[in-house]
Amino acid sequence: MSAEADSHATPHRDYIGAKLGMWIFVFTELILFGGLFVAYGMYRSMHPHDFHKAAGELNVRLGVTNTVVLLTSSLTMVLSIVAVRLQRKGQAMLFLGSTVVLGCVFLFNKFFEWKAKIHHGLYPGSEHLMARPPGERLFFGLYYGMTGLHGLHVTVGVVLLSVMFALLRRDKIRHDDFVKLENSGLYWHLVDIIWIFLLPLFYLAA
Amino acid sequence: MSTQAATVAHGEPNFYAGSARKGIASWLFTTDHKRIGIMYLAAMLTFFLVGMTIGVLMRLEHLTMGPTIMKPTTYNALFTLHGVIMIFLFVIPGLPAVFGNFMLPIMIGAKDVAFPRLNLLSWYLFMAGATIAITSLFTGGGPPDTGWSFYVPYSVTTGTNVTMAVLGAFVIGFSSILTGMNFITTIHRLRAQGMNWMRMPLFPWALYATAWVQVLATPILGITLLLVILERVFHLGIFDPRIGGDPILYQHLFWTYSHPAVYIMIIPAMGAISEIIPTFAHRTIFGYKAIVMSSMAIAGVGSLVWAHHMFTSGMSETSIVIFSLLTFLVAIPSAIKIFNWVATLYKGSVELRAPMLYALGFIFLFSIGGLTGLFQGALAINVHIHDTYFIVGHFHYVMFGGTGFAFFAALHYWYPKMFGRRYNEKSAVVAFIHIFVGFNMLYFGMLVLGMKGMPRRYYDHLPQFHAGHIHATIGSWIMVAGLLMMIVNLVRGLFRKVEVPANPWGGVTLEWTIPSPPPVENFDVLPVITEPPYTFNPPGKEQAR
Repeated sequence: MSAEADSHATPHRDYIGAKLGMWIFVFTELILFGGLFVAYGMYRSMHPHDFHKAAGELNVRLGVTNTVVLLTSSLTMVLSIVAVRLQRKGQAMLFLGSTVVLGCVFLFNKFFEWKAKIHHGLYPGSEHLMARPPGERLFFGLYYGMTGLHGLHVTVGVVLLSVMFALLRRDKIRHDDFVKLENSGLYWHLVDIIWIFLLPLFYLAA
Repeated sequence: MSTQAATVAHGEPNFYAGSARKGIASWLFTTDHKRIGIMYLAAMLTFFLVGMTIGVLMRLEHLTMGPTIMKPTTYNALFTLHGVIMIFLFVIPGLPAVFGNFMLPIMIGAKDVAFPRLNLLSWYLFMAGATIAITSLFTGGGPPDTGWSFYVPYSVTTGTNVTMAVLGAFVIGFSSILTGMNFITTIHRLRAQGMNWMRMPLFPWALYATAWVQVLATPILGITLLLVILERVFHLGIFDPRIGGDPILYQHLFWTYSHPAVYIMIIPAMGAISEIIPTFAHRTIFGYKAIVMSSMAIAGVGSLVWAHHMFTSGMSETSIVIFSLLTFLVAIPSAIKIFNWVATLYKGSVELRAPMLYALGFIFLFSIGGLTGLFQGALAINVHIHDTYFIVGHFHYVMFGGTGFAFFAALHYWYPKMFGRRYNEKSAVVAFIHIFVGFNMLYFGMLVLGMKGMPRRYYDHLPQFHAGHIHATIGSWIMVAGLLMMIVNLVRGLFRKVEVPANPWGGVTLEWTIPSPPPVENFDVLPVITEPPYTFNPPGKEQAR
């Protein structure tokens, strides 16, 4: 991690250290979302009926499609790491490229989903929403907050993986030095696993 | 600690001289943990002086009844600023960022932290967060006036610039997470050969416990502050009762971080004290394992006591009793440490140099802080003293008497190592006496005022509190005089050209085996550890046990 022009740093590679650091970071991300899951759990137990009703208005088909997209992208992510280890650069680039494209597809779907909801007047603070019972308002507040924060993470992930793609192309990621790609993969799986919880909590709660 | 390999790097340039870059760039682009530590120190002492000035102004306001030098709204902004600056910019990051960065790799026999570039990024994030927080004072609706705890619903409805201040705290939190992650990885991966867990000195141990709390608790603050921003900008409604949300949830989430944050502040302070006491008692630390375990126990149990800040906010009787019990439990590991330090002094040959005075001051003041904390854990008394000066006095005893004094102790202790210079010992002692006397006049006065019912965060007071306020304000002058003396002494010391030996105090941990200031790479040959830490073997002198 410390290859640097500064006379101080001695280049050393510590794969276990780099992965340990990344795992700790992944835990902090889980806890970050944890605060929101606590809020969700509390308000759902207070307004089970409202949550049930509000969830019915989400597009289950779109939610499931996005789940499939994201799960597939996790698969291509893993495959690209395997390809790097087997020194198949072309394949690795293909798989990593697919991961980036699938991430973009997810964001694209999400964009249209939000757009439709906002078009129907369902957004925090809207008159339409304020006319509804408190549980439904909270449901949509949490929906925008949680899927929004998740979408932000997907966006960061897409940017990160694009950088990895460039590094792979310039042979900065090789079969004997791929911990950056592996750590980016860990991040991408984290984003995936959070979505796996968001799907039932919002789309399938009806 | 004796080591097999000679680790003194003769002829190597020290880290101030030996950089590929010149001038300011040699600092701003450095990945050297020692330079990053010094940069944190410079930034934090600046913030400390600002926070201190605000504190003095607030005390001045209470010198007379009625308006003295400011309006009530100014007072509200000032106590918010004082809290935000002191807590987020000085006390929480203080010891880990300054002395952790500088000393941790050296004390475990490493050349740097595990992720040096990430370390520099943490410094930049810290500075960015601090800049955002300070910008919030002069832009938008003016300086935030919510208190450092940003309680909803007021923080959502006030017109002042809360959004930006909260964003600043969020960014600083991110810096804290990265530092914690870096330290955990460093301690796991980079310990010198032969340094197993039970041979690691106590300051690194304390940093290890702290780092876990930083990593596990700070994200909660992150999401909470993020929700306050979303609430203000998009009216999400999670904390807003008008939409259906619950403000109590905010308090829970806030204290889920902010109580463990108290331990982020105090555990490294305890670690530094555990280094200083054996060095100046010239004997091995008493109960090494008990100190290690109590650090981890504080980190664990301390994460489960947050709701004792909310006994009057509305909670079920059962939860209140449970949190009260946990609060009493967390006092035990702290008491174990105090017992161990005092036992270390017993039959030691105690040398009362400036760092030792601060360390002894720490033990005394932290004991008062800890014991007054137990008053608040007791449910009936809590209702009486909630939101009074008693609370203010208590947490200043812990935060300032504890962490602050430990910070100054560490600063005096490691000053010769960090700068290769000496401060004037006599001035340091005089400054300490002023700080200690002023401190007790100020904050013990607050404890008494609080018991009598003086509420916190009021800009004015009733006649029956007047004498107490004058007493406290005079104390603040004496303390500030001492603090200024201390800082002037330390700064003047930088210009006194003297040769400092590798080991001016007779310490036995690894940092004392390398020259002062340390060479760029810390060690020529990485040390090999063969003994437990704190093994004192002075020639011709049998160790007191």
